[in-house]
Amino acid sequence: MDKHDFVIRFAGEGGQGLVTSADALARAAAQAGYFVQTHSTFPSQIMGGPASSQVRISTTPVLSSGDGVDVLVALNQYAYDHHNEDLLPGGVTVYNAEEYELPEGGSYFGIKADELAKSTGNARAANMVTIGAVAQLIDFKLEEIDAFITQRFTRGRDGDAEIIEANIKAVRLGVEVASTSGFKVGQLEPANAPDYKQIVITGNAALSMGAVAAGLDFYAGYPISPATTVLVWMENNLWGEGRFVHQVASEIEAINALIGAGFAGKKAMTATAGPGFSLMSEGLGLAWMAEIPLVVTNVQRGGPATGLPTKSEQSDLFTCMHPAHGDIKMPVLAPGTIEECFFAGALATNWAERYQGPVILVSEFGLAERGENIRRPDLSKISIESRATVSEGDTGKRYDSWDASTALGGMPIPGGAGAYVANGSEHDEIGDTTHLPRHHVRLMERRFKKLDLLDGAHYEIENAEADVIIMPWGSSKGPAREAYDRLLDQGENVGWLYSVALNPLPEEVKDVLKSGKKIIVPELNYLGQWSALLRMEGYNAESVIQYTGLPFRPADLVTKISERIGAGVTA
Amino acid sequence: MSKRNPEYDFAWCPGCGDFGVRRALQVALEGYSVEHEKPQANNVVVAGIGCSGNMVHLVEGDQPFGIHGIHGRSLPIAFGVQQGNPKLNTVVVAGDGDFLSIGGEHLGPAANRNVNITAVVMDNGVYGLTKGQSSPTSEFGAVTTSTPLGKIETPVSPLKLYMSIGVTYIASYYSSKPRVLAKMIQEAMNHDGFSIVHVQSPCTTYNDTYDILKGKPKEGIKGLAFEIPEDHDPSSVEDANDLLSRPGVPLGVIFKKEGKTLQDRYEDLMARAPKRTNDELMDSYLLQ
Repeated sequence: MDKHDFVIRFAGEGGQGLVTSADALARAAAQAGYFVQTHSTFPSQIMGGPASSQVRISTTPVLSSGDGVDVLVALNQYAYDHHNEDLLPGGVTVYNAEEYELPEGGSYFGIKADELAKSTGNARAANMVTIGAVAQLIDFKLEEIDAFITQRFTRGRDGDAEIIEANIKAVRLGVEVASTSGFKVGQLEPANAPDYKQIVITGNAALSMGAVAAGLDFYAGYPISPATTVLVWMENNLWGEGRFVHQVASEIEAINALIGAGFAGKKAMTATAGPGFSLMSEGLGLAWMAEIPLVVTNVQRGGPATGLPTKSEQSDLFTCMHPAHGDIKMPVLAPGTIEECFFAGALATNWAERYQGPVILVSEFGLAERGENIRRPDLSKISIESRATVSEGDTGKRYDSWDASTALGGMPIPGGAGAYVANGSEHDEIGDTTHLPRHHVRLMERRFKKLDLLDGAHYEIENAEADVIIMPWGSSKGPAREAYDRLLDQGENVGWLYSVALNPLPEEVKDVLKSGKKIIVPELNYLGQWSALLRMEGYNAESVIQYTGLPFRPADLVTKISERIGAGVTA
Repeated sequence: MSKRNPEYDFAWCPGCGDFGVRRALQVALEGYSVEHEKPQANNVVVAGIGCSGNMVHLVEGDQPFGIHGIHGRSLPIAFGVQQGNPKLNTVVVAGDGDFLSIGGEHLGPAANRNVNITAVVMDNGVYGLTKGQSSPTSEFGAVTTSTPLGKIETPVSPLKLYMSIGVTYIASYYSSKPRVLAKMIQEAMNHDGFSIVHVQSPCTTYNDTYDILKGKPKEGIKGLAFEIPEDHDPSSVEDANDLLSRPGVPLGVIFKKEGKTLQDRYEDLMARAPKRTNDELMDSYLLQ
């Protein structure tokens, strides 16, 4: 049976090379012209604990991690017990026969990968034995795997040739075991390799790259899952004259360092997750009040408190929108794909400069470490915006009233003209503290009016005339899109609405919302946070929620949304 | 009320030590600017919250840039300013509550980094703006509005604390002689690294310590403040520790150590750092 799409999952314990196996298969497939997306779950510990890593291989761009698993590689009994239920009809499990046995008669067969790897003379090639077995099951071309192995291990060292030979042999041994088992999951259709240059990148690397492309030159951060890789990326790449990157002592230090740097003229960013974001509340309030450009990236994980550090959840939206006390509504960008992570990283940096204030870039565990092959962004097409500044003789003051009828006044930079005090207390035109009502009124209005400057984020509107419109946000976009496509195939009258910018919403998106149609919001949280915020604006929104720590499965969304439509939802 | 802005609605109490510190800071900022041929706008004063925090609005004459930020967070803000533009002269003004209580966690990291900023700490041993609560430097047993039966925590010893965490310039003085204090602050600004000038700045409303500090010479009562002996060697850790083991408040430079600042260390790494254009960086992710 020809299939255009397979999910292969490696499950076992952290430290068993699960991610390495999934990544190797993903890269081999991407090099062969397929579209791939990886997804991993692991406990918050360095070694051990139940973990899994999967790759979805497709002839078309991959939107989600799928409905289930076509091939499960289960390295221990626990992995088998916990992942077997995700096996799709016709799926097969490859189990680790060195570790445990399963009774005869099921859709599985055992493999002794370590033993077979040793027989090649390279005990470290065990994952290649398994990959060989997987390749046989889905009819993945062996020469593509050979090419991948040759490329990976050609490192200009003595012994490269032996390592390559052993790994290729390991693949063949795996193929033999799978072939002997008699199982077959299907036949992967030939790839339609795209004609554009591709990169393979994770969400965290993509948003970092995007911010740097827009001129980011200051980063301060503190390690926290799943945002740590942004700090590590910056520590490795944000170097050079006029740039500064540093691991600071806490998230409180990070946000306050950003305030100082943004004030001093830098394009500054930090990345954190829920607990760190909570610590940044007070600083974000100051940045809003004193109008300091900076970007805070919140890579969401499960909450509250320490919550689920290595699981997917979209439960920080309330706090991203309203992170601090007082009247505040932060600009929020929420990319839903790896490609959008890149462009949102750039746009967040530009937004901060454009409106002279803090911007929240909200990502998720589900995007952070997921690898995907995407079109290589053309950096020459990224606009680089820099804040308006002032020069000697300018008559405008830092905190003049502003009603959008003129361009926003410039921001004085220390060392230059227009000295003022960036003040967290309510202030007058030059930043001196005042409690006079007229200043609080005019500056409150200025701070909110400035949000009108923020546009240019990606949005999608389809079938807006339909009775019911599906509007996911963030990484739920992928599974929701698959569900939407299937609902259309089923003949349902549904529409599609999607916006990377959650605040402010693009006018075109607001126009659809204002039509009063029922908006269904698939989101990974308990409170239905995005639909609640939409209802707050008077829109007719309700959520389809899931709070398992795992991404949506498109099939589940099809069922849940169909129920809502069937229940007589009308405009 | 500031002379330059009559609308500004904050005032220190008559006799507040912070007036003297303001005078000293103003002279030091002007002196530094003249010495380095830089405009006043090259100076950035970063304040926390409290009576001391209003310093940033009350400097008169040519204006420096200022940040009046968050209670306790003036050090990390100043770190960001200084690393954002290492050519600036960044000065923190903070009170003892701001600097040593809520902001205490930032002292160690600032010292470890030897970030090139100067902190002027106004120590009045009380929370004044909130009307007289116990502060980290209030004495054991002190009766305040928040310790009506007496304080049951031992006070922090700021100078010993600074010494123990490796602050590279430590001076101690009082607010009563602004000219002398100004010289000390300017010297601290000139120091490459993290410098602290810890100033006894009495609160005339809630904790008037003028007499305790200076004594009453006419009545033969000695004050806590004492001049640092001339043979004191500020480059010696031993001398500094000896001095700090004496009771009372030393007046002068206690410790000074030359060394590399955070920016120096960062620039040292720059030679080894990767130098890739954005396109080269992007190409490192190419699928091939």
